Amino acid sequence: MEKMPRWADAVLVPLFSLVLAAILSAVVILAIGESPVKAFKLMVDGALMRSAGWGYTLYYATNFMFTGLAVAVAFHARMFNIGGEGQAMLGGLGVALVCLYIPWPHWTLALIGATVGGALFGAAWALIPAYLQAKRGSHIVITTIMFNYIAFSVLNYLLVNVLIAKGSMDPATPKFPEPTHLPTFQDMFSTETTTLFKSAPANVSFFLAILACIFVWLLIWRTRLGFEIRSFGHSETAANYAGISGVKITIIAMLISGALAGLMAVNTTQGEAERLVLNSTEGAGFIGIAVALMGRNHPVGVFIAALLFGFLYQGGAELAFWTSIPRELIVVIQALVILFTGALDNMVRMPLERLFLALHKKEPN
Amino acid sequence: MDLNTLLLVLDSTVRLATPLLLACLAGLYSERAGIFDIGLEGKMLMAAFFSAAVAFVTGSAWLGLLAGIASSMVLSAIHGLASITFRGNQLISGVAINFLAAGMTVVVAQSWFKQGGRTPSLQGDARFNPIDLPLAETLSGIPLLGPIYHELLSGHTVLVYIAFAAVPFTWWLLFRTRFGLRLRAVGENPESVDTAGVSVIGLRFAAVAIAGILCGIAGAYLGTALQAGFVKDMTAGRGFIALAALIFAKWRPWYALSATLLFGLLQAIAVRFQNIDLGGFVIPVQFMEALPYILTVVILAGFVGKAIPPRAGGEPYVKER
Repeated sequence: MEKMPRWADAVLVPLFSLVLAAILSAVVILAIGESPVKAFKLMVDGALMRSAGWGYTLYYATNFMFTGLAVAVAFHARMFNIGGEGQAMLGGLGVALVCLYIPWPHWTLALIGATVGGALFGAAWALIPAYLQAKRGSHIVITTIMFNYIAFSVLNYLLVNVLIAKGSMDPATPKFPEPTHLPTFQDMFSTETTTLFKSAPANVSFFLAILACIFVWLLIWRTRLGFEIRSFGHSETAANYAGISGVKITIIAMLISGALAGLMAVNTTQGEAERLVLNSTEGAGFIGIAVALMGRNHPVGVFIAALLFGFLYQGGAELAFWTSIPRELIVVIQALVILFTGALDNMVRMPLERLFLALHKKEPN
Repeated sequence: MDLNTLLLVLDSTVRLATPLLLACLAGLYSERAGIFDIGLEGKMLMAAFFSAAVAFVTGSAWLGLLAGIASSMVLSAIHGLASITFRGNQLISGVAINFLAAGMTVVVAQSWFKQGGRTPSLQGDARFNPIDLPLAETLSGIPLLGPIYHELLSGHTVLVYIAFAAVPFTWWLLFRTRFGLRLRAVGENPESVDTAGVSVIGLRFAAVAIAGILCGIAGAYLGTALQAGFVKDMTAGRGFIALAALIFAKWRPWYALSATLLFGLLQAIAVRFQNIDLGGFVIPVQFMEALPYILTVVILAGFVGKAIPPRAGGEPYVKER
């Protein structure tokens, strides 16, 4: 017998964790002498009440969808990919090279090219940790952490010494050529009379992220490979017994994960900055962990959790602008979400399970 | 490179290796007891802030140290609660702790001091000041040995000496006492410890608490000795370098000392020389910065000696199945 109905596991547990995280965050806000209610109103105002706010919320959400999916795919194969940050940095390199050195006639083609470039570079950065985990038994968590730092050094070196714009002191590539610039939501949805999403960074790659969500759903639940990934994640020995190669699944799952993380760069590098800067990822790779945990590794969950974190990010920026609450409050909330949905999952789950068991017993059957 | 430059580099190696060593030993206790700890970074950061903040307010570096240790142990308690009591994922708990520290330190610093997430500069007794070992001045005239004693061994803060003393102490505690035997056993085969009637939970909490104390000292060293106050994200990945050193050291205290000294040396060279010109071939500073991580991956890959972690590491203990 199931202890809890599936809907409760998928909706109630994350929701409960979120409420706990929200209560603790409110306590923090109170402790630093601000009003949580006022803060929440400001966040909603800044992130959801104007189209420009939505433009930022959706821009951040796009990043988090990619990195959240990346973590989720690896989780399905029971691997914890903390390397999303590094993979996204290298994805940025791929996108930048594609945009700078190939003369694209139109943005649609450039988008396809950048997608391939970002995915390839992100996947390549995940390949070595994946290979080491599969063949040499090195722990993927440690190697991907190390690869985050190595990625930063590689990018730092390339931007300072090789790719830097001539005559500039700023470690960044030159601006990408005009035909590679992606249409923003402002270009797409504004009419002659009304400007929508005014100067917000959300762009067409939001739809790429939705496509990625659909792709991951199809992959994990509708293909043979997805079945193999899930079997391997549930039980390695059973999967081996069924003739599924652990080495193959480990490497393929990590390649897909790295590619998804790398795709984030299409949004930040090609879509927003239109050049590659040193800190283009801004920790989005790590937020992917919170997003995947909260979204229960399901693309729909990841989509919703990414929107939530997009809202938190944009709302947090507004808070920092209007009050004395620094932006880092969002990092605290992020930490609490990871703590409750990930590490303290049992603490949240056990009382709920008990509740459902008690309810079940009362029903006469 | 003359003797003076060499001594300067080695001196800064000692300074930079100290927080790595303390954090590495913290990880050693925890992981030897079977609890993975990737939250070393966060615990150090939290301790760095609270030690600097309390030292500034009270004017006493020692009170700052206590506050740092206390704050680090609160995070240890969270880690223990999540990974021992509620049998959660230890890695995820560590990640959460790192972010909790990264966020909380800045939020609280901004609220207390309003200086953009830093503490005011510490002065006088609010900092741990260098101690001169006996006769350092008088002996400095002796060629070679004099400068080594004067520059390299003498003139560090008390926390540096505590860190280095912690190495033989850790060796003794882990390999020569009953507590140490049990602690190591609980990371290899907790069932056997349980069968012997010793509490697995208790031992693991003890190990996590010791890790909290050591990370607390490491953080206090960063905030009140190495630098004069807390700045945002001041640990700058040291917790992860310490983790790398721990693997490099194959979870052994003396190896931990040499590994952290090696990584400290790499940092000292990167700080001092920037790009190293080897006559036509330049080693970029970024390579030096990345070297600890690259070395760790090579070690993990098992190409240079195999690093075998404690067998029960990362797995929560369930008494009866």
